[in-house]
Amino acid sequence: MSVSQTTFHTALLDPSAAIPDGLLDSAAQPAGRRFSVYRNNVAVSLTEAMHQAFPVITKLLGQKNMDGLSGIFLRKHPPSSPLMMFYGEKFPDFLGGMEQLSHLGYLADVARLELALRRSYHAADSEAAPADALALPPEDIMQAKLGFAPSMHILRSGWPVFSIWRFNTEEDAAKPQPGPEDTLITRPDYDPVPHLLPVGGADWIAAIQTGQTIGGAFEETAAQFPEFDLGATLALLLQGGAITSVTIERLAT
Amino acid sequence: MLDNTTRSDRLPAAPGVGYKPQHFAQILEHAHPVAWLEIHAENYMGDGGRPLAQLRHLSEQFPISVHGVGLSIGGEGPLDTDHLARLKHLVGWLNPASFSEHLAWSTHDSHFLNDLLPLPYTDATLSRICDHIDLVQESVGRQMLLENPSSYLAFEESTWSEPDFLREIARRTGCGLLLDVNNVFVSATNLDFSPQGYIDAYPLDKVGEIHLGGHDEDEDDHGHALLIDSHGREVVDPVWALLDYVLERSGPKPVLIEWDTDVPDWPVLRAEAERAQAALDRVPA
Repeated sequence: MSVSQTTFHTALLDPSAAIPDGLLDSAAQPAGRRFSVYRNNVAVSLTEAMHQAFPVITKLLGQKNMDGLSGIFLRKHPPSSPLMMFYGEKFPDFLGGMEQLSHLGYLADVARLELALRRSYHAADSEAAPADALALPPEDIMQAKLGFAPSMHILRSGWPVFSIWRFNTEEDAAKPQPGPEDTLITRPDYDPVPHLLPVGGADWIAAIQTGQTIGGAFEETAAQFPEFDLGATLALLLQGGAITSVTIERLAT
Repeated sequence: MLDNTTRSDRLPAAPGVGYKPQHFAQILEHAHPVAWLEIHAENYMGDGGRPLAQLRHLSEQFPISVHGVGLSIGGEGPLDTDHLARLKHLVGWLNPASFSEHLAWSTHDSHFLNDLLPLPYTDATLSRICDHIDLVQESVGRQMLLENPSSYLAFEESTWSEPDFLREIARRTGCGLLLDVNNVFVSATNLDFSPQGYIDAYPLDKVGEIHLGGHDEDEDDHGHALLIDSHGREVVDPVWALLDYVLERSGPKPVLIEWDTDVPDWPVLRAEAERAQAALDRVPA
């Protein structure tokens, strides 16, 4: 009796499936519970990976609920590559689609923030522009284009995701208040740090990423958000080492 | 490639440990008798950040063994060429002292199951594994070591014993072997064979590295002992005795302590390495 890996694989992920014939114990009897060792290894190791990947979600839901959810998730979306550091990419959408969790609408975005923090942690290294890179005459600043570090991430949300994250990771953090929040992740050294972006900050960064100048992106953003604070946004990026290049394009004279 | 040509390009016949990032500072301060480190290849396949920075630093001082856990060499399907390319990249960059993988499968139908799954030992699986190892050694550009698994069950269809199967793979592909002594003990207990008999049949001249680790104890449906390879505690005395039995026959080899779950503080892991050093000291060179 030969056991194909398709049969083995199906029985591994489905605890209600019969244990494949052709697997034996030391007395040449059906393997029974011995097969469960593999079932258990797969489920436990992937559940553990989910806990490590989403500590704030685990805290919000509680260990037991997270175990249960991970069990459903890992069977529906087993890892698609051996790079476990990136496992859980589909977890935010999975959470967003769970009807029983619809009263916790912010969960999916909190999971997206945790994913972005991990991506930032493993992103390529880059050299930050020097602290005085923007110590330029105002007209030059407005003409400048910026390059960003691969470890920089933006997460936009209709939920107070930054405050929720902070409330669950830092002592004495303020209780989250309803409202949208955009989060900037920078990685000054090796540890990613989330920051709350000023209103309009995410729009301005997105415009810079399309190749606009600081001034062009500012005009566009300020038209939509008159209170947009360019100085505060630039300071967050500079202090976080997220700006890697400053290029000034002068008109030919 | 990193400039780490000053240190040995082979694993020394000395104790090594599986590297855990929480031990970084203490390893740099007080490694002795740990003379080399092993990493799980897949944990160092990101684009940058702390993992690669630490590895770069450690590789300047220690020979490094790259141990893959995700290639699925025993898989029925073709090897994952993306993963093979990542391994080639890591090995090319790090220029490690050793590269090893498992006699197991972990990927099927594009699902990675994060466990080392068993396979039957038949002529068909033998030839498939040899093809996979040929491709790995060709792609990565160096000899690999293949590790024996921990077994919890047997396949009715198997026609080869595990030592013979491994010997034949090594003969056909030119690969070396990584002998996990704890795995031999676990499999021998679970499947009722003599661990010393296994070692007697095993081609010790092909061994480039030895693994030791802790296991958990359980029972099967019939109350038969069922040991589980958990890497979560100290190596037990009978496994240390089996190491002595191996070393008496093989001579000194690089000996690694694996401790992957419930990772202890550095002094506890280092004490295991001291025990491995004592075992090596008992062996005439």
